[in-house]
Amino acid sequence: MEERAEAELIAAAQKGDAASFEPIVKKYSPRLFATARRYARRESEVEDIVQDIWLKAFHKLPGYRGDAPFEHWLMRLAVRTCYDHLRGHQRNREATFTDLSDSEQDWLERHAVQPDTASERADAARQLVRRILEELPPAARLVITLLEIEERSVKEISQLTGWSASLVKVRAFRARAQMRKILKRLARSKYL
Amino acid sequence: MNRLEQLRQKLIAAARLDVPADTVPWAFEQRVLARLRAPRSLDLAAFWARALWRAAAPCVALSLALLTWHLAVESASAPEPEPQTLAQQLEQTLLAAVQEQTADESTDVW
Repeated sequence: MEERAEAELIAAAQKGDAASFEPIVKKYSPRLFATARRYARRESEVEDIVQDIWLKAFHKLPGYRGDAPFEHWLMRLAVRTCYDHLRGHQRNREATFTDLSDSEQDWLERHAVQPDTASERADAARQLVRRILEELPPAARLVITLLEIEERSVKEISQLTGWSASLVKVRAFRARAQMRKILKRLARSKYL
Repeated sequence: MNRLEQLRQKLIAAARLDVPADTVPWAFEQRVLARLRAPRSLDLAAFWARALWRAAAPCVALSLALLTWHLAVESASAPEPEPQTLAQQLEQTLLAAVQEQTADESTDVW
């Protein structure tokens, strides 16, 4: 879809023409699904989040003035919707070492004894990091995902979330500490 | 770098390698469009919550206005103390020392 054609479709959708919105939904949905899958595990939840983003986008579209690329505007909306989802589905359960699967326990033990033998490519490492991210408070999870996993800059995160740059830095500092605290609890005997 | 931070960084590296899929479920666009075209049902709870939020600021403003008005009326209607005459002021000044002494004697405890 060319930029000009996209601008025309957006202009039509701004006037309430839902049919013009379809090619836009088609174009950007893969990006939105990839983003939503970072914050929700179940596919039904992921689809609900992306539908919510599109509904919000359509209703807020008259407010889009075209100063920034549409994709940036949409991603801001997507990140904020994912954050709202995290806040609405906050889980307070704290896992301990015994709650981990055998492969996760094994990976942690191997990392404690000989860190080089525990590969970050292992499925157990992926499961473990997902578990830890799910235990983090919403703001901490969002900032760790954007800053450390997606490797975005503080300025970009500030634009996406609407937080000031200093707030992003403070939240990142706290999030790292919270992550270490969870790890300490999970692997207490091995790392103390 | 301590061992916990080393472990944390390794797990972050694992998360970086775990790139989420960008697949879109079948007929997803149609479902979104169907929801966009469907008449928006009236959500009474949301409507009530929105109305309450909108009413909050005028209520606070009205309370402040009434409080200000009440204080203004009260201060206007309060009887002002009558001004003392020169004779009364002179008498008060002259008797002040005696009154203080009497007060001190009555509070002394033996």
